[in-house]
Amino acid sequence: MSGNEIVTDVVVIGGGPVGLFSVFELGLLDLKCHVIDILDRPGGQCAELYPEKPIYDIPGFPVVTGQELTDNLLKQIAPFNAEFHYNRMVNSVEKQADGTFRLVTDADETFIAKVVVIAAGGGSFQPKRPPVEGIEAFEGKSVYYAVRKMDDFRDQDVVIVGGGDSALDWTLNLQPIARSLTLVHRRDAFKAAPASVNRMKELVMEGKINFLLGQVSKLDGENGQINHVHLTMDAGDLSIPATRLLPFFGLTMKLGPVADWGLDLNDNLIVVDTEKFETSVPGIFAIGDINHYPGKLKLILSGFHEAALMAQAAKKIVSPDERVIFQYTTSSTKLQKKLGVA
Amino acid sequence: MKIHVTDQAGVEHELEGLEGWRVMEVIRDWGLNIKAECGGACSCATCHVYVAPEWFDKVGARSDDEEDLLDTVGDVKPTSRLSCQILMSDELDGLKVTLAASAAQ
Repeated sequence: MSGNEIVTDVVVIGGGPVGLFSVFELGLLDLKCHVIDILDRPGGQCAELYPEKPIYDIPGFPVVTGQELTDNLLKQIAPFNAEFHYNRMVNSVEKQADGTFRLVTDADETFIAKVVVIAAGGGSFQPKRPPVEGIEAFEGKSVYYAVRKMDDFRDQDVVIVGGGDSALDWTLNLQPIARSLTLVHRRDAFKAAPASVNRMKELVMEGKINFLLGQVSKLDGENGQINHVHLTMDAGDLSIPATRLLPFFGLTMKLGPVADWGLDLNDNLIVVDTEKFETSVPGIFAIGDINHYPGKLKLILSGFHEAALMAQAAKKIVSPDERVIFQYTTSSTKLQKKLGVA
Repeated sequence: MKIHVTDQAGVEHELEGLEGWRVMEVIRDWGLNIKAECGGACSCATCHVYVAPEWFDKVGARSDDEEDLLDTVGDVKPTSRLSCQILMSDELDGLKVTLAASAAQ
């Protein structure tokens, strides 16, 4: 074992409601969990897409918002001290000779776990790609969806697309170092902090950046390097010189690297059995919206049920010799002690 | 009541619309290529359609939330709408829409 490896019973991939509740069910069975999520906070789709929208079909809650549900789940699982790793994507999962799994994230961390639970909902959140033909060929070379290194934009002709905070923030941050900077948005209204919008308008007035009303329709360039961005505008089409393009269109969910882990898939969903919610690879489970089985309903409720059954099977893998007696939290003082209430 | 949906490949489908259903739900139920990621919460813009010009006034106006979400796709046209925000009714019998590229799975 090297120094930078994290060894645990279970790695849960996905910090949405189902991933969080699996920590509870696994915790009742004394299994230690590490949770990995690509977002910077727990809650998954619930907290990212509709934190304030009411959900009406969670048992015991006539109405609850995505954020409230997330907060309550975090409170419920607190006794189990799961460790959370945000802003990370699990790139690979490999079964080792001793039966454990080796997971490597895009932050170059390694986890060694006896059980892997995939609770990634609709997949991992990734930047929305604008529907521009051939854009993939330029990605990572001259088209970026995030700024990792400011220096990649120094002395470049930068085009930023979008009207939200990311687009406005990077317009302001990159303007001083770019050779030229053009902000493109489809309308003259912005869903960004008013101070940023005002500053951007000042820079336009000062002639330091350009603002164009339009949408990107085509890219020109070769070997991954763009040289012109074509815009569709009300006033007619326009082609502008550009060496860097930054589209900021928010996030969408993609299956991501999970697709390459050798699991049986059905239409981008992971096939599981309905006894244990185990995938085609023993020891890897998939619960919640990401799995597929006959009769599957994509409900948070279903994911909770799946988490409970998965945990029983996971316990048998982690502690094969231990006899597990099924207990209720209402009557078992042992469970209540684990929860810190007895 | 019917809805006529042209998919991203240009194929036209005649779907049975049900009163009170969202147009997105009808399209998804039929199995056409629509992601509808947030399930109708007006939070993702992955059910983006172009309403046929002759129907555009009949489907109502975009809300501010919908307008903001349309900023998150790159293929907005004057008749763009999020299909989760259009409720089927007798008045919309025969509605024609085309699925946007940005709605695809």
